[in-house]
Amino acid sequence: MTATTELKNIISEENLIYSKTPVLLDNEMHYCPGCTHGVIHKVIAEVIEDMGIQEETIGVSPVGCSVLAYNYLDIDWQQAAHGRAPALATATIRLMPEKYVFTYQGDGDLASIGCAEIMHACNRGENIVVFFVNNGIYGMTGGQMAPTTLEGQVTATTPYGRDCKTTGFPMKISEMVSLLPGTRFVTRQSAETPGAVRKLKKAVKKAFANTREDKGISFIEIVSTCSSGWKQTPVQSNEWMKEHMFPYYPLGTLKDE
Amino acid sequence: MAKFKGAIVVDTEKCKGCGLCVVSCPTKVIELARDVNGKGYHYAHMANPDACIGCSSCGLVCPDTVITVYRMKVS
Repeated sequence: MTATTELKNIISEENLIYSKTPVLLDNEMHYCPGCTHGVIHKVIAEVIEDMGIQEETIGVSPVGCSVLAYNYLDIDWQQAAHGRAPALATATIRLMPEKYVFTYQGDGDLASIGCAEIMHACNRGENIVVFFVNNGIYGMTGGQMAPTTLEGQVTATTPYGRDCKTTGFPMKISEMVSLLPGTRFVTRQSAETPGAVRKLKKAVKKAFANTREDKGISFIEIVSTCSSGWKQTPVQSNEWMKEHMFPYYPLGTLKDE
Repeated sequence: MAKFKGAIVVDTEKCKGCGLCVVSCPTKVIELARDVNGKGYHYAHMANPDACIGCSSCGLVCPDTVITVYRMKVS
């Protein structure tokens, strides 16, 4: 009895406990190694499968790295102009109130050019889910400073570190939208450890359940990494995120009504 | 004595060798291979299969969802 035979015994259909959900397509993701987008896509796909809402879900993809999200999740998608995903999602949910509509936006998309759209969509309390992927940088265009870039953080456009005197302070979008009376559920999560992924999944489930109960807008910020933009390895970027991002963007639920 | 034995199967051609599974594994089962796949990445593999308990931590944190986890109860 060798270890190989034993391994073969374990690897069988009845012992399967974790595999790729069918909602995720087989296409290979174009994201860099270790990109948090992959984990978030997976979590959304798993929740859609668990809730059995694959046929009723419409995603709105942003401009940024995740513009190609429609290649990876087997649901209906639309693609919005830069920052305008909440506006498109508003139109979709008003025309088809029985559907589950979510937007998936990065920090360059949501916090910068789309700041007005998200504030008003949250204030109106549209019945949608917003995923806000905050990695503190414009990833796709080469790592420029975003509104959420931390003070002193070195990016392509702030080679000496972000100077808050001239560029303002990092924006706390979740805190801002949690003050609006239209929002129902505002939370900040991460996805760097198995525990964090489980918590994120719980939050995503709650957000889609809110849509089902017609409760209004749910806003999930995910503090994530951009190892290419930060010029670090994926493991180093996770450490950097824990050390620098979490103190400024503390995890937890800000509003749950 | 572990009550569960686990095993993982990695889709080596899709693995990008980010190493997030390596640090998430509580029993230090996974390592990046010396070999590379078709894209030139050092893919993840089970370097220490006996220690695997099938907790699926590696599968949860894998950004490319290339890890399938199996778990069996042992007496």
